[in-house]
Parts: sequence; structure tokens; C-alpha cells
Amino acid sequence: MIEAHNLTKDYGKKRAVDELSFVVEPGIVTGFLGPNGSGKSTTMRLILGLDAPTAGTVTVNGKRYRDHQAPLHEVGALLEARSVHTGRSAYNHLLALAQTHGIPRRRVNELIDMVGLHDVAKKRAGTFSLGMGQRLGIAAALLGDPQTVMLDEPVNGLDPEGIHWIRNLLRGLAAEGRTVFVSSHLMSEMALTADHLIVVGRGRLIANTSVDDFVRHASGNVVRVRSPQAEELRDQLVGSADVTVTIVEPGLLEVSGLSAPQIGETAARHGVVLHELMPQQVSLEEAFMDLTRDDVEFKAGSGSEPVAATEAAA
Amino acid sequence: MSSVANVEPLPRTPGLGRVTQARVAASEWTKLWSVRSTRWSLFSAIFFTIGVAALACAVVSHHYPRMSPHDKADFHPLEVNLAGVQLAQLALGVLGVLIMTAEYSTGMIRASFTAVPKRLPVLWAKAVVFGFVTFALMLPAVFIAFFVGQAILAGHNIDIGLTAPHVIRVLVGAALYLTVAGLFGLGLGAIVRNTAGGIASFAAIMFVLPPLMNVLPTSWNDAASPYLPLQAGQAILSTTPGGHLSPWVGLALFAGYAAIAIAVAAVLLVRRDT
Repeated sequence: MIEAHNLTKDYGKKRAVDELSFVVEPGIVTGFLGPNGSGKSTTMRLILGLDAPTAGTVTVNGKRYRDHQAPLHEVGALLEARSVHTGRSAYNHLLALAQTHGIPRRRVNELIDMVGLHDVAKKRAGTFSLGMGQRLGIAAALLGDPQTVMLDEPVNGLDPEGIHWIRNLLRGLAAEGRTVFVSSHLMSEMALTADHLIVVGRGRLIANTSVDDFVRHASGNVVRVRSPQAEELRDQLVGSADVTVTIVEPGLLEVSGLSAPQIGETAARHGVVLHELMPQQVSLEEAFMDLTRDDVEFKAGSGSEPVAATEAAA
Repeated sequence: MSSVANVEPLPRTPGLGRVTQARVAASEWTKLWSVRSTRWSLFSAIFFTIGVAALACAVVSHHYPRMSPHDKADFHPLEVNLAGVQLAQLALGVLGVLIMTAEYSTGMIRASFTAVPKRLPVLWAKAVVFGFVTFALMLPAVFIAFFVGQAILAGHNIDIGLTAPHVIRVLVGAALYLTVAGLFGLGLGAIVRNTAGGIASFAAIMFVLPPLMNVLPTSWNDAASPYLPLQAGQAILSTTPGGHLSPWVGLALFAGYAAIAIAVAAVLLVRRDT
């Protein structure tokens, strides 16, 4: 479990993380979503104590990370920036990390096999491809059999097979009751892997929601209906509980909870004339961008940054 | 890379251990020996200590019959024997710097501090392991250099034995001096966190500062120079004690400089973002 309270980090005048509060629960995969530069990596560094927060606190399994006696047992982390000496072999890299906690060599070998680096374990890590480097980083993260697993953009550089492997791995770890916290800038990836989403933009919390809710809200199966008998049609449609109808303007409805064919059939049954019947397709990626764009506009609205205001208006 | 399409169950580790200073030291031992720069630097230091000593003794031995009486009076068989130490200290200082700065340049420091988030055990372990390895290798190297060098000088009967005055102190002192030089480099590396900057500051303080003192008025220069790290440390190598600082006081002062560098590094290590 990871708990952040008003977590804030300034680098000089730039605020990278802005009063972020969230809880990452065990037993599910929590996606940490935001555009590049939105403070995801910084937040993860704050969680690990690599950087000190300007304000606020963050704890892992009830304590600050650095206060744990066996930190690798609490949190296994893969950071976005490479964290391996390029001149050292994969095996020695993992061994050196394992030795800090008295983890036996057997476990190092098991993890090398598990991530599929057996054949290159004695090669210098500097010769590794991006994907191999990610696998080594994941092996390091799992070394201490951690209760909480935190991975920063783990699918970066992986081939489709590797991405599939990561998804299964994360789901498996969560199913074992562990806390799994994964960052990504790709909503589509998160929709496939995560159960819960924490969305940030410019260091601020934008959304903290289940993936199901986000998807339902985002794609929303909204259908726009233009009809000269809009109000009559609305009365016919609102029968069931899941259906909502909004009158956008006279003669224009937005219907959610019904498909376009269902609406068309209802209209025909009641002899209502339709001029337009348009399903509103919103991809997850678009919904995510809408969310983060709102954040930019909100910031511009505060009036402190004229440049941002121009961008938002454009 | 073999294919791992399906996830095997994660092997469980029963009774995982906590972080201890001894375990961090074991980790640093692995780190030290698993990169090439260590092996090369230590090999160079040993090679310089023995090889340059042999070379210098051979050259002096060859010229000795033609040396002026004044030069002969100045000659001390132990001094020429320590010529290699001057080069070895550079190799060890650079290695000391690298042990810290390579962690930063490669990003390894993030992994190190994630495993040991209290951070200071990493610095202590690096200093202890590196200091121990350096002393354990340089002590025999210095003695081998002595026996090789004196064997060469013996050709002209200008050698001295192990039991002659100062000899044991100078030889043991040389190994200690080299160890402290390496640790000084390590401290500077941890402060600067950048390889080029670390090596530059080590070289500047050790080798550039002393001649720079000549721009000072002579009385100031004479008063201050013996207390610089290099001069203070090399008091332990003196075959004619009686300078400003006695051999052991000089070495202690040099060790003090190294200790200050490591102490400053420790304060910064805990405070700075990684």
C-alpha cells in the first residue's frame, strides 16, 4: 500500500509534483497515467526517497521507505531512467543488490531465468538492448519478493511478446495480493492492464477512478439525435434506469445508455422523425487527452501564465 | 533472449533479511571486483609501484659510479626505491573517484540507494572495502618493490637492508599513504559526483596546489606548504625525519584531509536528491 498526502516537489522554480494525494491499494493493478513531464517519475522517486519532497509525505506499507529495515522486501521498483552500471554483468548487478539484504544467489539465478536473461547473464549490461535492460530492471524489482511493486513505464522498449509478458506478470502479482503501481503515458495500455487509475497532469491529480468507470465515462456510448420532435422522443427514451437524455439545444439530444439502432427503432415505433442519428465515438486516448487538456485550461484560467492561456485558446 | 510468454510463479523467498552494514560491505565487494576499471587501476598501481621502482633502481645503479660525491652523499637507496609510489597514488586516487562517480554517471546510484535508502552504509562500505583492498594489495607490492630494487642496487653495494633505520616505517607508511590517497579520491568523488570533476579536483589539490604555493611570499609558502595534503602525507616516506611534520603526524594530517572529504560527502549524500 502506498499513501501520499499533499506530496509536493519543486525543482528550483518549477513545480514537478503539486499537492498530490492518493492511496494505492493492494490486490489490484493501479495505473499511474499522465502525459510526459506530468510528474509521474518524480512521484516515484519521492516514494523511494531518492528525492526529498518539498512538502507533504508519502509512506509505503505504513512507513517512509527509508525507515524500513528491509526496503527491497517492501518495494520493488523499476525506474524509467536506467539504474545499472554499464560495465557490470546482469548477474553481478543483481547479486550486488541481493547481498545488501542477504538474499541468496539461488534467488538471483531464479529471477534471471524468469525474466529470460539466462543466456546473457554474464554479459555487460551496457551491451543490452532497451528491452533486455527492462527485463533486468524487472528482475531487480522482484529480487526482494516485494509486497509492493512499482514500475515506471515498464513496457517501454519491449516487443509485443514482452508487453504481453508484463501484463500477465502484473496481473499475477496483484492476484497474489500485492500492491502493483504502474506508470504509463498510454491510456490504451492501462485499459488492458490496470484496475484502477490515478491520472496526473502538470503534477496535479486529475482523476482517481476505477478503469471501468473511466472507460464507461469516456466512451460513454453517447448518441446525438437531431429531431424536430426532440421532446417527444426524449419521453419515449427515458423509460429504463440506465438511460439518460440531455437536451443540448432545442431539437438536439444527447442520449447515453442506448445504442443508435435502439434509438432509431424506438423513434420509428413512435413515428418520430429523425434528422440525424450520430454515435459519438470517443477513444480512451481522446478521453485521456481531454482530461489532461482540461487541466491545462484550468491552469491557464488562473491567469498566472499568459503563454499557457494562448495555447489553451488556440 | 529466450521467450517467456507465460509467467511462471514467482519464486518465494522465505525469511528475507534486513539490511546490515556487513551485507552492504559484501555488496560493495561484489561491485568493486565486477567492473574492469577496478582491476585495471589496481593492476596499474601494483605495476607502477614495483616496475617503476625496479627501473629507477636500475638507472641509478648504472649511473652510480659516475655520480659526483655530492650526489652520492644525497643518495638514499630507499628514496629511489619509492619512485613508483608517486605514480601509483594517481591510479589509486582516480580509482577512488571512479568508485563513487561511476555510480552517478551510469545511474547505478539509484539502484544502490533504493536497496539501501539510508545511504550512509553505502559510503562507509565503499570506503572500508576499497581501503582494505588497497592496503592489502599495496603492502606486499611495496615490499616486493623494496626487495627487487635493493637486489638491483646490491650490484654496487649501495643497498640497505630491511632492518636499517626508517625502512619498515617508510614501507608500511607507503602502503598506508597510498590507501589514504585512494580514500581522499573517494571522498572527493562523492562530493563532486562527476568523474571529470572528481579527477580534476584530486589532481588539483594533490599536484597543482603545491607548485602554485610558490607564488606566495617565501615565508608564507614555507609555513603553509608542509600542511598541504601531498606534503603532509609524504612525510611518512621521509628517510631524513626532522622536517616540519614528523612522519606519523604528517600521515595523520593527510588522513584527516581524507576524513574531512568523506565527512563532507556523507552530509551531502544524505541531503541531496539523487
